[in-house]
Amino acid sequence: MSLLEIKNLRARVDDREILKGVNLTLNAGEVHSIMGPNGSGKSTLAQVLARRESYEITGGEVLFNGRDLLAMKPEEAACEGLFLAFQYPVEIPGISNAYFLRSALNAIRKYRGLDEMDAMDFLPKLREKLKLLDMDDKLLNRSVNEAFSGGEKKRNEILQMAVLEPKLAILDETDSGLDIDALRIVANGVNAMRSPERAILVVTHYQRLLNYIVPDRVHVLVDGRIVRSGGPELALELENKGYGEMDGAARGASPA
Amino acid sequence: MSSNTDATIRELAQQEYKWGFVTEIGEDRAPKGLTENTIRLISTKKSEPEFMLEWRLKAFRYWDSLEKAQAEPKWANIKYPPIDYQAISYYSAPKQKPNLKSLDELDPEILRTYEKLGIPLAEQKMLAGVAVDAVFDSVSVATTFKEKLAEVGVIFCSFSEAVKNHPELVKKYLGSVVPYTDNFFAALNAAVFSDGSFVYVPKGVRCPMELSTYFRINAAETGQFERTLIVADEGASVSYLEGCTAPIRDENQLHAAVVELIALDNAQIKYSTVQNWYPGDKNGKGGIYNFVTKRGACRGKNSKISWTQVETGSAITWKYPSCILQGDDSVGEFYSVALTNNYQQADTGTKMIHIGKNTRSTIVSKGISAGHGQNTYRGQVKIMKEAAGSRNYTQCDSLLIGDKCGAHTFPYIEVKNSTARMEHEASTSKIGEDQMFYLRQRGLKTEDAVSMIVNGFCKRVFKELPMEFAVEAQKLLSVSLEGSVG
Repeated sequence: MSLLEIKNLRARVDDREILKGVNLTLNAGEVHSIMGPNGSGKSTLAQVLARRESYEITGGEVLFNGRDLLAMKPEEAACEGLFLAFQYPVEIPGISNAYFLRSALNAIRKYRGLDEMDAMDFLPKLREKLKLLDMDDKLLNRSVNEAFSGGEKKRNEILQMAVLEPKLAILDETDSGLDIDALRIVANGVNAMRSPERAILVVTHYQRLLNYIVPDRVHVLVDGRIVRSGGPELALELENKGYGEMDGAARGASPA
Repeated sequence: MSSNTDATIRELAQQEYKWGFVTEIGEDRAPKGLTENTIRLISTKKSEPEFMLEWRLKAFRYWDSLEKAQAEPKWANIKYPPIDYQAISYYSAPKQKPNLKSLDELDPEILRTYEKLGIPLAEQKMLAGVAVDAVFDSVSVATTFKEKLAEVGVIFCSFSEAVKNHPELVKKYLGSVVPYTDNFFAALNAAVFSDGSFVYVPKGVRCPMELSTYFRINAAETGQFERTLIVADEGASVSYLEGCTAPIRDENQLHAAVVELIALDNAQIKYSTVQNWYPGDKNGKGGIYNFVTKRGACRGKNSKISWTQVETGSAITWKYPSCILQGDDSVGEFYSVALTNNYQQADTGTKMIHIGKNTRSTIVSKGISAGHGQNTYRGQVKIMKEAAGSRNYTQCDSLLIGDKCGAHTFPYIEVKNSTARMEHEASTSKIGEDQMFYLRQRGLKTEDAVSMIVNGFCKRVFKELPMEFAVEAQKLLSVSLEGSVG
């Protein structure tokens, strides 16, 4: 059984159809990348999978671990092991990063029938992950994402992913706003998370992140449909040729 | 907000008041109505000395003239039907044996009530560092820890006892911060107040424990008029916590309390309130009218008075804990969380009156509106001519949950000395759909996500509460918000 099976998924926001029949299968242990021009529906796909309620599903189905993902609330999907690294991480003033992370971890553990973790057990685990991402301890006591730099916010997303250990991680434009050093650190963090039990879906506009996180498959999303799929070399091809050629393909596209 | 989170908000908002129950005990109650005779009856019941009766009568006559002139204050941003002051009974005491020697002699019904409220008095004695002067309806029924406080010379007793045993202190300070002429409700309170708490901390003494009082309205249709007087003598310090819960009633009930604080040279008073009176049901029926006058005088140089309040209850809250910064270098603080849900209304804030040189004040107000709640911050900062080098910092934030509630801000700033420095920051925000989605994507349920956002919003104020009560306040906030989440 595949970890994620997207079948002919259609979704709209307001009256605008954005996903027009997406098909994609992701197995545990795999890293896939979704690339595409601005406005092609990449972020919408990521958010629909994470069950953001402002999108209306108009067709298709999604199985996550064999279960109907589209019937889940965001917190259920999270507790089932789906993690979204946000393109624009949100600030939660007055709540420390450490407290937030522990609350999230415990919400998920509780859902799975595990004991909640107290601060004494949690902190060492957290510190270890911090090191992995070359992050300052001080970020733990600061309010979630408040007054974080762009790079710190993105690293913080990966830190959360490392702590929550999801089955499926979706990275939405995690590379945007990162300088080359930060990009490398973030990529190392993600690579450390690669495992036979886990799948990662990397959504990106640019190829450069894929130099560091080398995907097993690359899919090109244009106008709400996947128009091409291939190996990592497809990303390089796109880098050279741009998305322009793909637009034609979109019109007569058949799912990859 | 999406419809799903709206539904959860509604569910949370519709949660029933958990502390609503009525204790059946025998009751000693004055007939309804207010005349000079009522005042004489109250004073006689309490075996008060002549000076108290005189003071009450003067207050009553003043109030009566206001009432006849229909001078009940109308400027606050609140709406309520006219109050019939002749339909209220002004005295109600639980029947009990006089002069209890120990808690065992207390009416078991009363003890059970406290247990339901989570303050098992019998065990309070054991609780390290907290003394409880429990006010049941109008008369103090139990006071603990008195001996330990007496060792260091701290007087902590019911107001009635203070009148009896320390008349010279009462005479000296009563009405010296909030005179009976201060306002309509203060006059009413002065005339009919039945009991309350009294604290005196002598020179140079740091009160060895938090002092805590639980007020409670029990008898139906009984107005409650508490009066608290706290005096910190030179170099003394004390931290006082007031917590309130009340049972369900259909009619609105009036609560018009007065609190006076006096800090002499180098003295410090910290006064914390967790107010959870019955807020009315989800349709706005019932609930307490909380019309309270609280004021502190920093009389001595380098003195400090700090108010912290968490106001989640009452149908209507009308209160402005204030500081008169008279002594040079004195400090006033006001930290407030006010939450209005369903049809609750709050018009609350503070006054900081800078008179002495180099006086400083800080105001941090956090208003949360949910349901149809209306939340008003009203604050005055006044720098008098002599108050050279004074400073004020005001931060005033409002958080809206849902789209049927309101937040209002009325800051008044008056500066008569050009060396003063004033800062004012204000913000109004909504719980964002993006914040909710972010937290839920991390596995938190809707109500836990809202609770987290609201607690984060209030953190600056919770930090000021004594540790053990900060936790309680957070829980109370979550409970009060249940059904409101978005």
